[in-house]
Amino acid sequence: MSDLSVDLGFLKLKNPILAASGTFGYGLEFEPFLDLNRLGGFVVKGLYYGPREGNPPPRLVETPSGLINAIGLQGIGVEAFIAKVLPKLQALDTAVIVNVCGASEEEYVRVVEALDAEEGIAACEINISCPNVNKDGACPAFSPESTRAVVREVKRASRRPVIVKLSPNVTNIVEIALAAQEAGADAIALVNTFLAMAIDVETRRPKLGNVLGGLSGPAIKPIALRMVYQVASRVKVPVIGMGGIWSGADVLEFMIAGARAVQVGTANLVDPDACLRILGEVEDFCRRKGIERLEDIIATVKT
Amino acid sequence: MFKDPEARIVGKESWGDYFLLTFDSPAVSALARPGQFLMIKVSDEPYPLLRRPLGIHSRKDKTLGVFFKVAGIGTALLARKTPGETLDLLGPLGKGFNIDPCLAGKPVLAVGGGRGIAPLYFLAWELRALGASIKILYGGRTQADLPLADKLRAEGFDFACSTDDGTVGRRGLVTELMEDEIKAGGGSPPALVCACGPDPMLQAVALIARDKRLPAELSLESRMGCGFGACWGCVQRIRRDGKAEWIKICEDGPVFPAESVVWEKESP
Ligand SMILES: Cc1cc2nc3c(=O)[nH]c(=O)nc-3n(C[C@H](O)[C@H](O)[C@H](O)COP(=O)(O)OP(=O)(O)OC[C@H]3O[C@@H](n4cnc5c(N)ncnc54)[C@H](O)[C@@H]3O)c2cc1C
Ligand SMILES: Cc1cc2nc3c(=O)[nH]c(=O)nc-3n(C[C@H](O)[C@H](O)[C@H](O)COP(=O)(O)O)c2cc1C
Ligand code: FES
Repeated sequence: MSDLSVDLGFLKLKNPILAASGTFGYGLEFEPFLDLNRLGGFVVKGLYYGPREGNPPPRLVETPSGLINAIGLQGIGVEAFIAKVLPKLQALDTAVIVNVCGASEEEYVRVVEALDAEEGIAACEINISCPNVNKDGACPAFSPESTRAVVREVKRASRRPVIVKLSPNVTNIVEIALAAQEAGADAIALVNTFLAMAIDVETRRPKLGNVLGGLSGPAIKPIALRMVYQVASRVKVPVIGMGGIWSGADVLEFMIAGARAVQVGTANLVDPDACLRILGEVEDFCRRKGIERLEDIIATVKT
Repeated sequence: MFKDPEARIVGKESWGDYFLLTFDSPAVSALARPGQFLMIKVSDEPYPLLRRPLGIHSRKDKTLGVFFKVAGIGTALLARKTPGETLDLLGPLGKGFNIDPCLAGKPVLAVGGGRGIAPLYFLAWELRALGASIKILYGGRTQADLPLADKLRAEGFDFACSTDDGTVGRRGLVTELMEDEIKAGGGSPPALVCACGPDPMLQAVALIARDKRLPAELSLESRMGCGFGACWGCVQRIRRDGKAEWIKICEDGPVFPAESVVWEKESP
């Protein structure tokens, strides 16, 4: 048996596979389909302080090997999460990570502070990169300054490790990653979805209620991988890679490019047990290649 | 709810663009209720990416059936499947029609537009087993859109149909048929109306039900990412305790009481 555990420094995961925010509900939705304790961990749906309405439908449109979503972060809010969902997650033996949203720096801080009093949360993932809430996909992860400002405030407020989730919709991803690291990020997660669009040619209307949305799925994998490679080559903190992961080979690609852990997103919607299938494929690879410690493969791309 | 990665197809029928596939799926079939649906994988590759939602059309012993119209690439791929091949499905999903035992002996009206007949067939069999007296109204654009008409008649269901072009049944909309039916029923109005079909039809059904003070349940559709409550992709506007909210139809629906559905263009 190969050792599949990975160490993020602040958090040891039993394996590198986390389920990505927004594609895994609050985790419990998946209990009929898989044993949550076998995952490295999962990231719950993004939480604002209060409940949120989200965008008008249609919220989803499929494109070749991709999915454009414009959910708009509908959700129950952090108070309801703590009261109704968290107690059920506390019984689990896996890393539960909370995806934190905010319309302002103050809101990010309020959410983190509310979570600080609770047990059973391994880390906060600060979502500064949702493309579906502001005009033209704008978000703090668009500039080094606003990234730094949010991360600094959240770090100051939180007793927990802070993972910062970046947007791919920028010219220079390394610059943003360095800003997050400088402001105190304990880890960097990338990528969120790519700002995208689809039009119905019969009616000439956008196929999404929100006009624009975020593209995910296998279609984005090569670009996501490129960004993870660029960032992992430059930052010191651990990088969590994602974008279109569909197989064990995809996980290995991200890890060889420099990711210490990965997140599986859209695949969970299609196959609620996708994370375990993918984990099995990683295990098979290690066995076939005689790899004893999966960590040894991280950042080993031969350029 | 389960994932059944290998539901073996045991039967296939087709009428033009309409297909009926039956398959063995003992675990899912044991729990299935009318109005619930399945998420069926249409390709082994990530294109097309998402599973497609289809209502449960029939249940017989351990087999289930889906009845669908080819609407695009996913349903076209599904239509190519043949007996002996397997389907990868999730189900049973959602909440179905509210089949109260006290409907026994009472008249129930099922109103289906086009492919909307799919879940009503399962409903009709269950209501018949319960002893309700079910009447099916089945409408479509033209005769070719009513492929199940002969079967319903042959199986002895009380049944009437309509087509926009009058090629078979009453010329006009199925909701006009519904109004005729309620008028003809006179003193014994339906104890429940169940409907599935395109939105404008459902909205018309809701309006008639409101005017005649009949309880009605509508099966809604929407784009679905997962089918089991994880993505918030499938919402429709639903009124709860007087407040309109975006509700996940895969989890709380797809069947809702007619009066709770908020339409994009509100009726008068
Ligand atoms: C709960 C539920 C139950 C359903 N039951 C049945 C059924 O029993 N029989 C049946 O024939 N159809 C049913 N449908 C509709 C069926 O899911 C769609 O026709 C199908 O997903 C289209 O896939 P496609 O790849 O063939 O088409 P695509 O190429 O994806 O799209 C073709 C057209 O279909 C529309 N469409 C795509 N997805 C959906 C969707 N989820 N709902 C409605 N329209 C969609 C698109 O707007 C487009 O105009 C149901 C839908 C839902 C939500
Ligand atoms: C339906 C949907 C909802 C999402 N919601 C969130 C969210 O709430 N917070 C977040 O940080 N990312 C969200 N994402 C982005 C994913 O977590 C992930 O970054 C992205 O989908 C790329 O990975 P994938 O290609 O494996 O899906 C969402 C993605 C999808 C498809
Ligand atoms: S389809 Fe994913 S929540 Fe309903």
